[in-house]
Amino acid sequence: MAEVIKITTPLTDDQVKKLHAGDSVLITGIIYTARDAAHKKLVDLLAEGKPLPVDLKGHLVYYVGPSPARPGKPIGSAGPTTSGRMNAYAPKLLAIGSKGMIGKGEMNAGVAEALKKNTSVYMVAVGGAAALIAKSIKQSKVVAYEELGAEAIAELTVVDFPAIVAQDCHGGNIYQEGIAKYGIKD
Amino acid sequence: MREIAAQTITDQVAKLCIDANYFLGKDVLDSLNAALAKEESPTGKAILEQIIENAGIAQEGEFPMCQDTGFSVFFVELGQEVLVTGKTLEEAITEGVRKGYGEGYLRKSIVSDPLQRVNTKDNTPPVVWIETVPGSELKITIAPKGGGSENMSEVNMLNPSDGAEGVKNFVVDKVRRAGSNPCPPIVVGVGIGGTFEKVAWLAKKALLRPIGDRNPNPFYAAMEEELLERINKLGIGPQGLGGRTTALDVHVEVYPCHIASLPSAVNIQCHACRHKSVVI
Ligand code: SF4
Repeated sequence: MAEVIKITTPLTDDQVKKLHAGDSVLITGIIYTARDAAHKKLVDLLAEGKPLPVDLKGHLVYYVGPSPARPGKPIGSAGPTTSGRMNAYAPKLLAIGSKGMIGKGEMNAGVAEALKKNTSVYMVAVGGAAALIAKSIKQSKVVAYEELGAEAIAELTVVDFPAIVAQDCHGGNIYQEGIAKYGIKD
Repeated sequence: MREIAAQTITDQVAKLCIDANYFLGKDVLDSLNAALAKEESPTGKAILEQIIENAGIAQEGEFPMCQDTGFSVFFVELGQEVLVTGKTLEEAITEGVRKGYGEGYLRKSIVSDPLQRVNTKDNTPPVVWIETVPGSELKITIAPKGGGSENMSEVNMLNPSDGAEGVKNFVVDKVRRAGSNPCPPIVVGVGIGGTFEKVAWLAKKALLRPIGDRNPNPFYAAMEEELLERINKLGIGPQGLGGRTTALDVHVEVYPCHIASLPSAVNIQCHACRHKSVVI
């Protein structure tokens, strides 16, 4: 693992191309939260040809359902949730210019294909490192679907949010490479 | 009979809910540190460091160690000479969950109906298992269980002819298929014997044992060690990104079973291996 790469959102194609599976990154800027229910709403709007309540161009979507914020804190603990549940939705958001996702766990071949086609990136945050991640989140503002509670879309302002590139726009996949490298056959 | 007021139980349970979610056990922390020293993957090392740092931040009491503060599962040992007054034991525990998850800023992750899915907004109801024991004490253990790792669990009704090898292959294969989903490094609870429902309970109960603790029966102690070694050869590693540390430990619990059956179960626990007990 090389040194840590710092990136700032919104991302450009050139920045995304420099990211490779296994790279450690620190993200600064705006990221948008969304999980199952919000994705369904966004994708339904796209199907109807309607505009989305947030402009995802160049931005990253973070799969998270935080714990409640204490008074005076922007957010509670905020680690990633399982990305595989968003396999069906992710390619549709990448197609309209979102530059990638942050979650945990491997995403499927359809997503891998969409990452290549749309020059975008899938990163993972450490599942269960939710208190540590929360410290990198400086502001949280609900921007859509307030009625969904913890599942509403929030705009997070982050500074040095820690993540690892899991699946890149070149077809790289750390899950497959990492396990092949460290697996021991009897 | 010794009387214990329901309110006492409620207050203690509320504290347990909070403590379990903010303070990672020393056994887990020690084993994470030991794993860090041995891990060969640089990414794996970086992840273990984050997990250890995270536990330190959680301990300050502002952020629970994981945002998924889990389904509240309780194992209760009820002394035969204890009389709970004011409410039933289950009601007192449920009230404690409501209080603890509210006061502790813990996430409410329970829906009232599995298909209609409306959040109960207070993390109730809990799952409560009660065993009676001799004496006049009440021991309550909470094990909040996150969805990510719980979803990677399985019961398999094997044939007696599958034997120990069949059980071991099932366990290792289950962990392989779970891959990155249960937030490795994991603790693996294995149940063998009993009936369909008993074996799942055994696998869950196995997770309560401290890391490093071996089954008192040498046959099963050896099986635990062999399973741990085989699982760590899978290469899944921290968070499934490759490495030597896939499991911190494997615990096996057994029960007598029917001549025609060999029930087996795997319950996977993530590194947020939370459990806390109180004796009242
Ligand atoms: S599996 Fe465990 S560590 Fe991972 S998100 Fe769920 S509760 Fe947290």
